[in-house]
Amino acid sequence: MAQVTLNNVKKIYAGGVEAVKGVSFDIPDGGFCVLVGPSGCGKSTLLRMVAGLETISAGEVAIGSRVVNQVEPADRDIAMVFQNYALYPHMSVYDNMAYGLRNRGTPKDEIEKRVAEAARILAIEPFLQRRPRQLSGGQRQRVAMGRAIVRKPQVFLFDEPLSNLDAKLRVQMRVEIKKLQRALGVTAIYVTHDQVEAMTLSDKLVVMNGGQVEQIGVPAEVYRKPASRFVATFIGSPPMNLLPAKLDGHGIIALGDALLQARDLRDDLPAGTAVEVGLRPEDIEVASEGAAGSLPFDVEFIEELGATQLFHGQLAGKPFVMQAATGEVAAQAGRLWISVDPDKVHVFDAESGVRLGKG
Amino acid sequence: MVEDRRLGDAIAYIILTIGVLICAFPVWLTFVASTWDNATIINGQLPLYPGPHFLDNYYRILFVGTSGSTREPVASMMLNSFVMAMTIAIGKIFISVLSAYAIVYYRFPFRMAAFWIIFVTLMLPVEVRIFPTFKIVSDLGMLDSYQGLAVPLIASATGTLLFRQFFMTIPDELLEASKIDGAGPFKFFKDTVLPLSLTTIAALFVIQFIYGWNQYLWPLLITTKDSMQTIVIGIRKMITTSDALTEWQLAMATAMLAMLPPVFVVIAMQRLFVKGLVETEK
Repeated sequence: MAQVTLNNVKKIYAGGVEAVKGVSFDIPDGGFCVLVGPSGCGKSTLLRMVAGLETISAGEVAIGSRVVNQVEPADRDIAMVFQNYALYPHMSVYDNMAYGLRNRGTPKDEIEKRVAEAARILAIEPFLQRRPRQLSGGQRQRVAMGRAIVRKPQVFLFDEPLSNLDAKLRVQMRVEIKKLQRALGVTAIYVTHDQVEAMTLSDKLVVMNGGQVEQIGVPAEVYRKPASRFVATFIGSPPMNLLPAKLDGHGIIALGDALLQARDLRDDLPAGTAVEVGLRPEDIEVASEGAAGSLPFDVEFIEELGATQLFHGQLAGKPFVMQAATGEVAAQAGRLWISVDPDKVHVFDAESGVRLGKG
Repeated sequence: MVEDRRLGDAIAYIILTIGVLICAFPVWLTFVASTWDNATIINGQLPLYPGPHFLDNYYRILFVGTSGSTREPVASMMLNSFVMAMTIAIGKIFISVLSAYAIVYYRFPFRMAAFWIIFVTLMLPVEVRIFPTFKIVSDLGMLDSYQGLAVPLIASATGTLLFRQFFMTIPDELLEASKIDGAGPFKFFKDTVLPLSLTTIAALFVIQFIYGWNQYLWPLLITTKDSMQTIVIGIRKMITTSDALTEWQLAMATAMLAMLPPVFVVIAMQRLFVKGLVETEK
């Protein structure tokens, strides 16, 4: 077990392209860190640098107290689960799991013991003598996990391990991965572009964009106080509504003709500063017509999601989405008056997209 | 759509049968001719059924030889051909697997240049470079030797290209998983790349064995001793005799024998071939 420390880690490719632009954070021993971001944001590159599959252009990666920049992947005491599982197709499930241990010179009875234990934990005992191609996607995923477990590494690295599974299996494996990681107490770094996986799995969420870290925090905090416009729209589904607005005194925002109150807003900014207001579809409440702080919302059509309904329409001339429990709001097009709890109003700088919070 | 397929099937079978007959008839005729005596063949009235001389014809050609211009028994020619074909097939596979592995998995200066130089040799088959090759082989004193027969034919790009294309289909993640599993370059080659290439190796072996077995021009040039000649040369020499009657029954028997090893190789390797086609183990 060990903590992982990244100190100003950079990846610059031969052509001068900077894929990772100086990332620093640390993951406590036994922590589950999820790197999330759109494709091309550098999250996989960062993971591969921790794994030792990419060279580190600048900065330091340390596992435990040891800087591993120059250490071979096999000697970093890590195990990796790949997106396409990367099982050896010509080896049985047993050999797939035992291969790394054999290369390490682990005694045979110890290998047998560890593989048997991993197979028991993952419920893949009946398949030990089969070839990977005779297994279903979910079973292959388990074998890939088993290959990581038997090594008893200090760090698990997951590179989008669930993206090849169907939606139902993905939810199931997600829960299992989390349980397993808790039970084994091994530090984990997990890369995904799926914000649901990111929210549910992590106890430390790192949101990346364009090779840079946008925000680091526990999932609830990232959701509650997104540090930037990018994080705000990336985390949360359906994505947050963003509306151009102007400041109008302390904690008051002018949105067209209507005024909106925001609690988490710096008070040193002059009135008239251009900002963007973020409202999550699920935070919106229906108000009575003309009530103080209510906004007119023109509903155009409604999407049924079963438990909830999505109301699509226009607010202050911009596309806007509201989510409400089915039956709570009459499902019909037309004007609605809505309001938002001042605690749930997010304000971002119109230019830089940085959150204009109190600190 | 449900339809009566019997007519279609029947037509297909008829066409296939005609095809098989067209291909098989000359082989049958060769076999029949190898079981009669020369007189029957020469007077132009060869029956279409096997004759009584099967055993003595084959015994004579295998262990005694003809009385014509080549007196070597065919058994030793077959041995020569076999050694040559095996050396070419195995040598080619060995060299091309290694060179393709280097080109695909190692980053070294002038890697692509090396690849293109290998690629260009595709345009230089033995026939094109025959004089310089002959000069080199003769200067190295390799005339009338197995090395001389095989080595110049080992160098070619086909195998390297084939393996390069195959290696490029092996997912990079396998290499990375191997790295994390503590397998170095050689171990990755031995434990992962070679087992995965087995069917490709089998295919290349079949092709190269037959290529080597059927060589005519090169052995003709560099073998002068009868004891070193290959079976293909042997047949040719049996047919063109200047001072004696062509012993057709023996030439035909030699042709039959010359066909056997390639047939065996194809049959033996067919299982792997089909396996390679049916299973996509990647």
